[in-house]
Amino acid sequence: MALLDVKNLSVTFDTPDGQVEAVKGINLSIAPGECLGIVGESGSGKSQTMMAIMGLLARNGRASGSAMFNGREMLNVSVSEANQIRGADVAMIFQDPLTSLTPHLTVGQQMREVLDAHKSMSSSAARALCLDWLERVRIPEAKHRIDQYPHQLSGGMRQRVMIAMAMLCSPKLLIADEPTTALDVTVQAEILDLMANLQKEENTAIALITHDMGVVARMCDRVSVMRYGEYVEEGPIDDLFHNPKHDYTRMLLDAMPRIDQPHETAQVPVQHDETILNVKDMNVRFDIRVSGGLFGKTVPLRAVDGISFDLARGETLGIVGESGCGKSTLARAVLQLVPPTTGSVLWMGRETAGLDRQAMKPLRKDLQIVFQDPLASLNPRMTIAASIAEPLKTFQPELSSNERMSKIAEMMERVGLDRNMINRYPHELSGGQNQRVGIARAMINRPELVICDEAVSALDVSIQAQIVALLKELQADMGLSLMFISHDLSVVRDISHRIMVLYLGRVVEIADRDTIYKNPVHPYTKSLISAVPIPDPRIERTRPRIQLPGELPSPLDPGAGLRFLPSKRASDPSYRPQLTEVAPGHWVAEHDTLEEIMDAEERRLAG
Amino acid sequence: MVLNRNAVLELQDAPMTAVKGRSLWADARARFFRNKAATLSLVVLVLLGVFSIFGGLIAQYERDYVDFTLIGSNAYLGVPSIETGHYFGTDSSGRDLYARVVQGTAISLMVGIIGAVVAVVVGTLYGATAGYFGGRLDNIMMRTVDVLMSIPFMFVLILMLVIFGRSIFMLFVGIGLISWLDMARIARGQTLSLKNKEFVEVAIATGVHPLKIILRHIVPNLLGIVVVYATLLIPSLIIFESFISFLGLGVQEPNTSLGALISEGAEQMQYGLTWQLYFPIAFFIITIFAFFFVGDGLRDALDPKDR
Repeated sequence: MALLDVKNLSVTFDTPDGQVEAVKGINLSIAPGECLGIVGESGSGKSQTMMAIMGLLARNGRASGSAMFNGREMLNVSVSEANQIRGADVAMIFQDPLTSLTPHLTVGQQMREVLDAHKSMSSSAARALCLDWLERVRIPEAKHRIDQYPHQLSGGMRQRVMIAMAMLCSPKLLIADEPTTALDVTVQAEILDLMANLQKEENTAIALITHDMGVVARMCDRVSVMRYGEYVEEGPIDDLFHNPKHDYTRMLLDAMPRIDQPHETAQVPVQHDETILNVKDMNVRFDIRVSGGLFGKTVPLRAVDGISFDLARGETLGIVGESGCGKSTLARAVLQLVPPTTGSVLWMGRETAGLDRQAMKPLRKDLQIVFQDPLASLNPRMTIAASIAEPLKTFQPELSSNERMSKIAEMMERVGLDRNMINRYPHELSGGQNQRVGIARAMINRPELVICDEAVSALDVSIQAQIVALLKELQADMGLSLMFISHDLSVVRDISHRIMVLYLGRVVEIADRDTIYKNPVHPYTKSLISAVPIPDPRIERTRPRIQLPGELPSPLDPGAGLRFLPSKRASDPSYRPQLTEVAPGHWVAEHDTLEEIMDAEERRLAG
Repeated sequence: MVLNRNAVLELQDAPMTAVKGRSLWADARARFFRNKAATLSLVVLVLLGVFSIFGGLIAQYERDYVDFTLIGSNAYLGVPSIETGHYFGTDSSGRDLYARVVQGTAISLMVGIIGAVVAVVVGTLYGATAGYFGGRLDNIMMRTVDVLMSIPFMFVLILMLVIFGRSIFMLFVGIGLISWLDMARIARGQTLSLKNKEFVEVAIATGVHPLKIILRHIVPNLLGIVVVYATLLIPSLIIFESFISFLGLGVQEPNTSLGALISEGAEQMQYGLTWQLYFPIAFFIITIFAFFFVGDGLRDALDPKDR
């Protein structure tokens, strides 16, 4: 018998523009101990399905149909009735661990809240149970952590606390809404492993909502694919991945960038003889105020710590790393948006580090940037044509307004936007369209270098593939160079010629793209690559995984830079691992062997 | 080159069937007009404006004409009546109250609107500049505002009116001096969060001049909150002016404002000439209410998320 049985569930929202049907009569069932994946792109209604079942719809939403949990109706019941099930038998984990914990309560207090609501326990028994769960989700020093506040924990740790909280009453069903989307790949891998273990040990059923086919391949037994509020396909995982019946499923699987098989399209020839950008030993430091002394003291945070690289005309350099590795700061420092503290940036052989705004202005014509959030990077009060026109007005003020408009229309068509959208505002366009506007604005002056800072990370996979293809096309047309920054190693593989891996502000490994994926040398690179889920359940089940123990250390921690060189830690704590060339064009930072690093980490965690 | 020119010319000739976009302002306007109380209040305000400009045309008497025949018989001859032409009756000196209410409304509205305009223009630009450039300039500019704010303005204004003579001009100067301070603080706070938005960063990376960034990217995005604050500022300035005039400072005879009229009316209350109080106070309350409703409507229309 199914644990959760949903029949003909519809969700409609009343908006000022009329009724919007988010979910259109879907059926689903989850058996005890099963993991069901619900996949779809943004706006497909996958989250609203589960929100409706949990009774968490926004006030203007209405649900109809039926959702039976263990023979009890869950839809449209009173709050007190719903509360008997919510938290006790069905628990939910949300996407953003930052906002789903109350900031002013300690971890222990928040966990107690769940127990107080559902179980009458003495406070010492409750504390013991909380501690037990914190240990089971593998939070180090749980005794100490239970009295800490959410802001003192890292993102991965917070998500573990959320899972521990959800598991407190041993629920029969765990609903996870994009549980790992906000996390780094290595943390994501650990959280997914944790959830898989809980599923096995506790026989908890999991409903996993995600947009990432790789995560589905790793976790799920069955998959439902959603689009426009309907299920387009449903089936056991192997069938769906290897024998998709619906075109949309096939399209999703094809569009998904795969770290093991890059999409092959025409590569742009690189003019290796002509170096346009040369960064030498760049440092960016921010002063961080920490407690200590009467007024606190400042400690330098090395966001970028001695990075050198060069870029040839027509080349794409992929820059990957986890959050806090300094990749965005590096981009801003190259553009002089954040002044580098020391080091030099040679642009076409000319020093730009330390130039003031006036001196920098003529160079800005050739240096452009595209940001992650397409909506935030456009002024909401300006039409998209006005946004695209801005670089033209700055650098070609002599153009008449008609000439300018025709240039804009031409560029809009070039990036795949309809010419008659010229007077539209950003909020009327989709994320993908807005990103095209951002690209059009960056390209209108035919720059030499465009930096894409997570330019496709906020987009759905199908749109992501289109934008990557567009960038490649434009690059081939204009012969421009790209710096492509991303946390997503699979996308970077699709677009880059060379890839640079960053760790806490330093280069860990740099090589051309196939070398780095087929023959990674540095343990950090290896662990990053092995953590990326591959959208193929057969490969996922058999793939060995390299996991480094412990968390990504804080950049303020003085020993953090030597995490991969523990042998130097005792003798020279301020030593920086140097790059050595292991093969032509393949540079790797000094490191100890994986076994030595694991040993050292374990010793450190234990003691 | 020639080919290109032709291409450009062709493009110009091609009919541009561009779709008209729906700006955020248009959206807000639609939401505003869905709010009945706010729309009604806006109509009332427009009518008040028309009344204050053209109301004098149907007055039967000049506002400073003293009808000596009425002196001593105000209580029964000066009552509001259509026949005598004193629609709102006469005041204690026998002047036509209707004509005086028209002028009082005009002056009160003007005080509020001029104060708000000063606040919007000076306060927004000042705050946006301080917030955008930050650092030492911000410190100097905002500490100046703090110092100005800590001066008890009511006393200073009263002193100014006493020393430099009581005139409408002095009143405007005084109101203009204080009204922009709060606005500057609000604008600066908003600018601080706006200047870290990516579209501002893109503009910097494009090499746009800082002043242009403030005018093109910061200020238009501030205007929503500024407009709301300004509509709520107008009634408080009107009340402020009325208070000053009620004290007998501010607007001087033969000119008048709603505050001065209310003050005079209040004195006559004990003699039973209540219309001298009722008419100005009715106009005053309607004006204030209408402004508050419009301000509320604007706030709901401009940030729909805040409800």
